[in-house]
Amino acid sequence: MTDHVVIVGGGTGGTVLANDLAERLDAEIDAGDVRITLVNDDPDHVYKPVWLYVPFGQREPEDGRRRLDELVDDAVDLRIDRVTDIDTDDKRLRFRGGAPSVGYDHLVLATGSTLEPEQIPGLAEGGHDYYSETGATDLREELLEFTEGELVLSVIGSPHMCPAAPLEFAFMADDWFRERGLREDVDITYTYPIQRVHGNPHIAEWARPIMEERDVRVETFFNAEEIDPDAKTITSMEGTELDYDLLVTIPPHGGIDLIEEAGLGDDGWVDVDKHTLEAEAAEDVYALGDTAATGVPNAGSVAHYQAGVVGQRLASEIRGRPATATYDGKTLCFIETGMDAASFVEFDYENPPSPAPPSEKLHWSKLAYNESYWLTARGLL
Amino acid sequence: MTDIDPDDTVDARGAACPGPLMDLIGKMRSSESGDVIRLLSDNEQSLTDVPEWAEEAGNELLAVEELDDHTEFYVEKA
Repeated sequence: MTDHVVIVGGGTGGTVLANDLAERLDAEIDAGDVRITLVNDDPDHVYKPVWLYVPFGQREPEDGRRRLDELVDDAVDLRIDRVTDIDTDDKRLRFRGGAPSVGYDHLVLATGSTLEPEQIPGLAEGGHDYYSETGATDLREELLEFTEGELVLSVIGSPHMCPAAPLEFAFMADDWFRERGLREDVDITYTYPIQRVHGNPHIAEWARPIMEERDVRVETFFNAEEIDPDAKTITSMEGTELDYDLLVTIPPHGGIDLIEEAGLGDDGWVDVDKHTLEAEAAEDVYALGDTAATGVPNAGSVAHYQAGVVGQRLASEIRGRPATATYDGKTLCFIETGMDAASFVEFDYENPPSPAPPSEKLHWSKLAYNESYWLTARGLL
Repeated sequence: MTDIDPDDTVDARGAACPGPLMDLIGKMRSSESGDVIRLLSDNEQSLTDVPEWAEEAGNELLAVEELDDHTEFYVEKA
C-alpha cells in the first residue's frame, strides 16, 4: 500500500515541506511506498517579503516569483489546481471543474493568508498596500508623486502577514523621504489596533521610542471602521477621525473558506495543537504557517521551521514510529529600521524577543537572506 | 455567576496576546449597538487590555468573572 501525503498550498511552508519529505523519504518514494503531492492554484511560488521594497523602487514583483516546478523536487507530484472541498471523514479532496477527487492518507494544509479589504467600507477605493503585487506597484507610483502632506499607515488586520512589516514601512518611509529632502513636508502617522505599537510588548517597547525620535506620530487603540475616499478620512471604532493625503494600510486578513467549511477552525485558520501542529478536529491532518492557529507570527520563518517539524513527524508516522518532533514557537525576523539599517529578533513560546541594536550589517544580512531564500524553498537552507 | 445573557460568545482561550482582544474587536465589528458579547480568555493580559479598550471605544464592560482556568468579560456595544 502506498502512503499518500497531500500538501495543499505552495507557499513557503508547503514548498519547504514537499522538498523536505522528498529528501527524507527518498527511499520509500523510490520503492513506491510513499507518494507526495503538492497542490497549488498558481504555477508560481511567490516570496512575499520582496513586496516591502517595491514601493521604494528597490525590487520588482518578479524578483519574488519563481516557477514551482523549478523549485520542487522531481519526486513530488506537482498539481496546479484549486481544491474546492476538504472531506476529512472520507479523507478526500475535490477539485474545481469536477476533476476526479483525490484520496489522502496524510493531509497538510498550508493555504496561507488572503487579503479581505472588503471588510472595511471604502478601503478598496481609498487605501493602498504593499501586501500584494499590484498593491505594491500602485503604491510605488503614489509615493513617487507624493511630495507633501499626511501619510497615514494604518494596521487594520490582525493577525496579518509579517507583523514587523508595518514598523518597517514606517521607518523606511521616514528615511526615504529624509534622503529625498522631503521629510519636513511629509507627516507620517502610524495607527495600531491595541494600546501599543506592536502586538508583542517587547518589540512595541523597543519601537515606540524610535518612532518618537523619527517624528512618526502614533495613534493606538485605532481600529479602522470606515474610510471616506472622497473626504480622505479614516475613522476608527473608537471614534477617532484622521485626515490623510496618502493612506497605506495593512488590510484585514483571512484564511480560505474551505477550512471553515471543513469544520477545521474559524476564519480560515486551523485549530491545532501548537506543539505537534496536528489539527484538533480531524485525524491525519496537519496545518502549518499562517494556516495553523498557533498564536505565533504569520511569518516565513515560522512556516519554514514548522515544515521541518511536520516533515519529521510524517516520516515517523509513515515508518510506524511514534512522532516526537515538536514545534517550540521558534520565530526569526529581521526588522528594517530605515533604508540602510535593520534590527533582528529571535523568540519562541518561552523566550521573548530582545531586538538587536539596528546596524547596517543586519540590513545587509536581511537583503542577503532574501536573495538566498530560494535555497530555503528548495529545502537546502 | 452573572445572569447576563450574551448575544454572542467569543472563545479565545488558548490564544496568545493580543489575540483575545482582537477576536473581541472583530466580533464587535459585526455586532449591533446594544449587543452583549461574552469573551472567554485565559491570557492574563486580557485583564488590562479588555477594560482599557472598552473604555477607549466607549463600550460598557458589564461584568468580569474570574473562573478557575479562564476569565469571562461581558461587553456591551455602544
